[in-house]
Amino acid sequence: MNVLAILIPVSLGLGLLGLLSFWWTLRERQYDDPEGDRHRILTDEYDDHPKD
Amino acid sequence: MAYAEQPGPAACPGCLMAPQIARTARKARAEGGEEVQLSLPGIHCASCISGVERGLMDLSGVRDVRVNLTRKRATVRVDADVETAQLVSHLARLGFEAQPLDSATLSSGESDRAARELLMRLGVAGFAMMNVMLLSVAVWSGAADATRDLFHWISAAIAIPTVAFAGQPFFRSGLGALRGGRLNMDVPISLAILLAVGMSVYETANHGDHAYFDAALSLTFFLLAGRYLDQRMRGVARSAAAELAALEVPVALRIGEAGPEGVRVAEVAVGDLLILRPGARVPVDGVVTDGASEIDRAFLTGETDPVAVAPGAALRAGEVNLTGVLTLRAEAVGEDTVLHALADLVSVAEEAKSRYSTLADRAARLYAPAVHLLALAGFVVWLGIAGDVRVALQVAVALLIITCPCALGLAVPAVSTVASGLLFRRGLLVKHGTALERLAEVDCVVFDKTGTLTLGDPVLAAPEALPREAMAAAVALAQGSDHPRSRAIAAAAQPLDLPDIRLTEVTEVPGHGVEGFWEGRRVRLGRAGWVGAQGSGTMIAIEGAPPVALEFRDRLRPGAKALLSALDLPVMLLSGDAEGPVRALARDLGIDDWQAEMLPEDKARVLERLSAEGRKVLMVGDGLNDVGALAMAHVSIAPASALEAARVAADVVLVSPDLGRVADALRVGRVARRRILENFAVAGLYNAIAIPVAFAGLATPLGAAIAMSTSSIVVSLNALRTRI
Repeated sequence: MNVLAILIPVSLGLGLLGLLSFWWTLRERQYDDPEGDRHRILTDEYDDHPKD
Repeated sequence: MAYAEQPGPAACPGCLMAPQIARTARKARAEGGEEVQLSLPGIHCASCISGVERGLMDLSGVRDVRVNLTRKRATVRVDADVETAQLVSHLARLGFEAQPLDSATLSSGESDRAARELLMRLGVAGFAMMNVMLLSVAVWSGAADATRDLFHWISAAIAIPTVAFAGQPFFRSGLGALRGGRLNMDVPISLAILLAVGMSVYETANHGDHAYFDAALSLTFFLLAGRYLDQRMRGVARSAAAELAALEVPVALRIGEAGPEGVRVAEVAVGDLLILRPGARVPVDGVVTDGASEIDRAFLTGETDPVAVAPGAALRAGEVNLTGVLTLRAEAVGEDTVLHALADLVSVAEEAKSRYSTLADRAARLYAPAVHLLALAGFVVWLGIAGDVRVALQVAVALLIITCPCALGLAVPAVSTVASGLLFRRGLLVKHGTALERLAEVDCVVFDKTGTLTLGDPVLAAPEALPREAMAAAVALAQGSDHPRSRAIAAAAQPLDLPDIRLTEVTEVPGHGVEGFWEGRRVRLGRAGWVGAQGSGTMIAIEGAPPVALEFRDRLRPGAKALLSALDLPVMLLSGDAEGPVRALARDLGIDDWQAEMLPEDKARVLERLSAEGRKVLMVGDGLNDVGALAMAHVSIAPASALEAARVAADVVLVSPDLGRVADALRVGRVARRRILENFAVAGLYNAIAIPVAFAGLATPLGAAIAMSTSSIVVSLNALRTRI
């Protein structure tokens, strides 16, 4: 059962990773315009001078 | 259910700080400048987004453009010297319809923040639920002794902070209700969550084998999901309603010391002199001091015939100036205008509407005390049977968790979200939270005429029956004028092959009509008295020939005929217009029950009488004379072209030009009500099975977890079946 000592932290860590990435998407305001983002990903015009 | 947004500290530092940081960063990049919001009703695709963004970036002075397709809106950051009108006309050249929005009216920041907070809590609850469930699977499949205790302790370490963070909306609302001496749905919810966690910690410390951490967390998760849906639906409706208000940037032309200047209507003071151009809406109540014109009062009274005005005539806010330039002295501004006097009426009716108890309220009123009594009964009975406080408490907590209104919390918001989303896509904006349920109960429909069943712009009746010479002269005169009736004459002439008549010295006489000369004879088109004839209405007179009367009809709103033939409810027509046009329209549409020449109070009185008879009336109207009736009705719909006062009073705004959508609204309302009742039945059935099991002391954490998730998922899936 010693494997639990590794597995439990690993599973918790993976879960936390998911939570942190969710927090990041929220912070980046990725839920403000779901409709627009759905279309933006399909655009075939390329931005040669991205702002960031 | 009391889903009030609780003002309080932000859910997380990220919710509060992140948008601010992002905003500051964007601001720094754009280095100041002004922010302009544009409404883009026509955009729908990827190339629309890039078209608008690239098109605007090409303009000099535009620093940053961001299109939001969900809200059909663009946020443009421009230099201070760039006019909004420039942006709009540039977009119009590119083929995009755009309207400037008043950013002062548009402040959705607060509800955005509330939604983000709820989403964060939902995310945390979801994460914790999944992890604790994984640990619980090990316990359910037989982990024992030290391993089970370890798993329980880890679950506790995850669950306690999560409940403390994610459960706050329930705790706050429940506490608020208790302080007010009431019971709402959040009281049993909070009690169940807290007791479940508390008892589980106690059990864990005593090496017990039943811990309800997973149940407490999934309860939190599903209920937060319901609340998030509710919040988002309200947010969408509110932002769309705010957008409608922001579309009207109210400006008046005031005669200042340095000539006419555009000022916001809110800044106009009593005694100010205002200029009113043809086509403009009267901004404040006042008296004409100079000029002559005709005034369209359709919005106020429903009359389709324009009224002539001269110096000394009183004008009321909301009327439209048709032909000549008028100077107006403001007599009453802001809250004193007739328009605002109606606001009192609306707020009284609002209060009545807020007392309307929804299905969810009625369910909660039965449910909340029942749950508490049941848990107490379980505790007392088991204390009697087993004589052990710990066992009795276990049963009581199991009962609280099992009966917790998880499915009930999702039953209404899930259906309302799907139904109002459906209506939104069909061009109907549900403004009021309980409007859908009230729509389902409608058993009688009352329509206004002008602006609702008709568009309010005239069409010439039977142009082919008129003498050709008179008609040709009328067309020649009408071409130079922008009066709605002139435009109707010009439009009616197109299919007729009329002789070309050359007129000289065509002049428009504001308030009277248009005159010109044809082969030395004077030709006049205008009011009957002015052209030299008896009677009223519009006439064309050629010198030496008898005057010919021109009859006008109102153009039907698209979908009006289809709606009237599709409605299976009794229909009434109440109009402020004269009897003739109302009778003609009622005959056209097959309405038997109609009344003409009604004053605004008459309309409200009819509605009052109907509701006293127990009828649930749907009122569809757009004018100021309808505001009282709209507020008085069980549920009301106003077209988006209505005056703001009417849109405020109405529960649903019809954004689409098609009146046939009203039938869709009624149908969706009924389907939504049926789904809600079905969902309650599902929740009731689940309780009928689960309560005896829990009461017998046979409920296990595994059973609770399965039962709770299943009922929540069944309820959500059933909500998705809401289709027309």
